[in-house]
Amino acid sequence: MAAPAAASGPSLVPLKVRGLGLALGGKQLISGLDLTIGGQGITMVMGPNGAGKSLLLRLLHGLIAPSAGRICWGGHPMSASVTRRQALVFQKPVLLRRSVAANVDFVLRARKGDARQRDALLDRVGLSDKAGQAARLLSGGEQQRVALARALATGPEVLLLDEPTASLDPTSVHLFESIIRDTARQGVRVIFVSHDVGQARRMADDVVFLHRGRVVEHKPAKGFFDQPDTELARAHLAGRLVM
Amino acid sequence: MQDFGEAVGMAVSLVASGDGDLIEIVLLSLRVSLTATALSCVVGLLLGAVLAVTRFRGRQAVIVAVNALMGLPPVVVGLLVYLHLSRAGPLGFLGLLYTPTAMIIAQTLLITPIVTALSRQVLEDLHSEYAEQFRSFCLSRGQIVRALLWDARYSLLTVALAGFGRAIAEVGAVIIVGGNIDHLTRVMTTAIALETSKGDLALALALGLVLMAIALAVNVVVQGVRLTAVRHAYA
Repeated sequence: MAAPAAASGPSLVPLKVRGLGLALGGKQLISGLDLTIGGQGITMVMGPNGAGKSLLLRLLHGLIAPSAGRICWGGHPMSASVTRRQALVFQKPVLLRRSVAANVDFVLRARKGDARQRDALLDRVGLSDKAGQAARLLSGGEQQRVALARALATGPEVLLLDEPTASLDPTSVHLFESIIRDTARQGVRVIFVSHDVGQARRMADDVVFLHRGRVVEHKPAKGFFDQPDTELARAHLAGRLVM
Repeated sequence: MQDFGEAVGMAVSLVASGDGDLIEIVLLSLRVSLTATALSCVVGLLLGAVLAVTRFRGRQAVIVAVNALMGLPPVVVGLLVYLHLSRAGPLGFLGLLYTPTAMIIAQTLLITPIVTALSRQVLEDLHSEYAEQFRSFCLSRGQIVRALLWDARYSLLTVALAGFGRAIAEVGAVIIVGGNIDHLTRVMTTAIALETSKGDLALALALGLVLMAIALAVNVVVQGVRLTAVRHAYA
């Protein structure tokens, strides 16, 4: 199923981040962050609480302006046109006070997508039978899938996921993960923030490990999980507290 | 002067008999106040939405001014409209003074700040919840305003109700610009004031009963719609 066409132009990958810094309220939350993400697949962003994972995602999506450094997507500096070619699913879905179908219709209309794609999108996230229901009355897992359907309705080249399964039951997590894998197979570049080491093992093609606003490690998934380079990553994978 | 019990009895029989004068006054009151409410909603909801989603220098001052205008005394509004519509005024050539149109203008001016201020608050709260998602969708300001107005529609019904309540109950502005002319500009509140001053409490009480019944009925309907919406998680 094809989502609405994203803005035309060269690919948004590779992503190149150089010297990224973010200071809010006098606190340096991210500093000197360098990162390159290319190719296809799913990049998992991991790290302890306060490492700056969600902030990094917002910076990459253009929701926050950095205090220092550069973000380039496929050679394009961060701009509204780059944001338009991405979609972000938040940890807590922000659903409109409308039905499931109307939530998807809203995005399709806003992006001038084909309204007939709504049914296919709902089918893709397994919510065809809930189309007429109030979105905010669904279970947490279903609400997150509505948010995902809406994100996919924008026809993104890059899908950013901010701990979307953090408070979901295992069945919902399984369903969500299979949709994300399928989406990545269709060529959408996925950057997935997660706290869950098990989920990272299941999903990752490569892993970015953050600590105190810096990239501590960035490796292919197998190498990261089998032989992490740093003590911080080893401690995190072992379930020890990383402060 | 009738005693209270007799006046109540006569009032009830006037309402029950469908007295022609009473119905005429009630219908004119509803026409004036509903039209003023509709016009105020068109202007006030849009202004409220723009204030809710835009940031500009002096915005806080505008919000304070709009909030302050909620307490605008009806007689002051009536006086201002009178000065504009009287023969010597800048809009005197329109010949609107002592017509229902003048009363609609006065009530619209009176309740537009109420609708603007309350809707701004409702829409700003909703916008703070949606803002990041809307930025992610790269929506235009027009798309944001339309989405907020639609999603807050049930809360905005309460805002419209507050405006209608103020309009239907006010007497100061409509008596100045309408003149309380029998069969032309006499509405419930001005009639109540007149009949009370004449000591004819039956008609005044009958109108008072109708006024309260209308207020109650409108509140019941709006509250019902709102509760239904909340039950279905649309509000």
